[in-house]
Amino acid sequence: MAETCCSGGNGVMILACSGCSNTGQLSNQAAVELTREGFGKMFCLAGIGGKLPGFVQSVKDAPIVVVIDGCPMGCAKAILEDIHVPLKHCLVITDEGIEKNKNLQLERSDIDRVKAAVKRIADKKEPSAAPETKGVSGCGCTEC
Amino acid sequence: MEIKILGPGCPKCRQTEKVVKEAVAECGVAADVEKVTDVMKIAGYGVFGTPAVVVDGEVKSVGKIPRKEDVKSWLNKQGGCNG
Repeated sequence: MAETCCSGGNGVMILACSGCSNTGQLSNQAAVELTREGFGKMFCLAGIGGKLPGFVQSVKDAPIVVVIDGCPMGCAKAILEDIHVPLKHCLVITDEGIEKNKNLQLERSDIDRVKAAVKRIADKKEPSAAPETKGVSGCGCTEC
Repeated sequence: MEIKILGPGCPKCRQTEKVVKEAVAECGVAADVEKVTDVMKIAGYGVFGTPAVVVDGEVKSVGKIPRKEDVKSWLNKQGGCNG
């Protein structure tokens, strides 16, 4: 949601699977905290999955899209593949050595590990999810 | 044709409005270009950032100033641009 003009800091869109396991909720909590800290901005994966036009166009135009999946099921990844968005920055939390369970209890140390991993993959010097960035992106204004 | 420019009014939003109006004029189409600055109305379009451009209810661009030729192609797809 566009709360303020050019908001979102570094142009990183964060999409979390937010699934119903500890790792799914870790993806959500990491996305929330990274947004609050100014490292990118969490966006609504459900809106993209529902193919709501504004959401779909937003992910296609985003300079950098980071996808966080809790487990190898890859639900978030599958949603983006369904709308033909190339994936450049993907994290699977179980690949970080965090075991999936259903207790939904998050450890502070795990949240911090996920956040660090997100920052690591977002910094990969690869093209954005959008195949080509037309026009001018990023905030260059002085009034926001 | 109805075109909406979504954004609270920063220089990028104003530049987007300028580009869109130029494209409309060069295409010679009749179009209402409206600025939408209300945050809640902007949120209703589900866009990640601003400026954003909506043509006849369809979100065409989000978070950047579109190129004039891109705007013309949108107008053309809506059956409104001759050039």
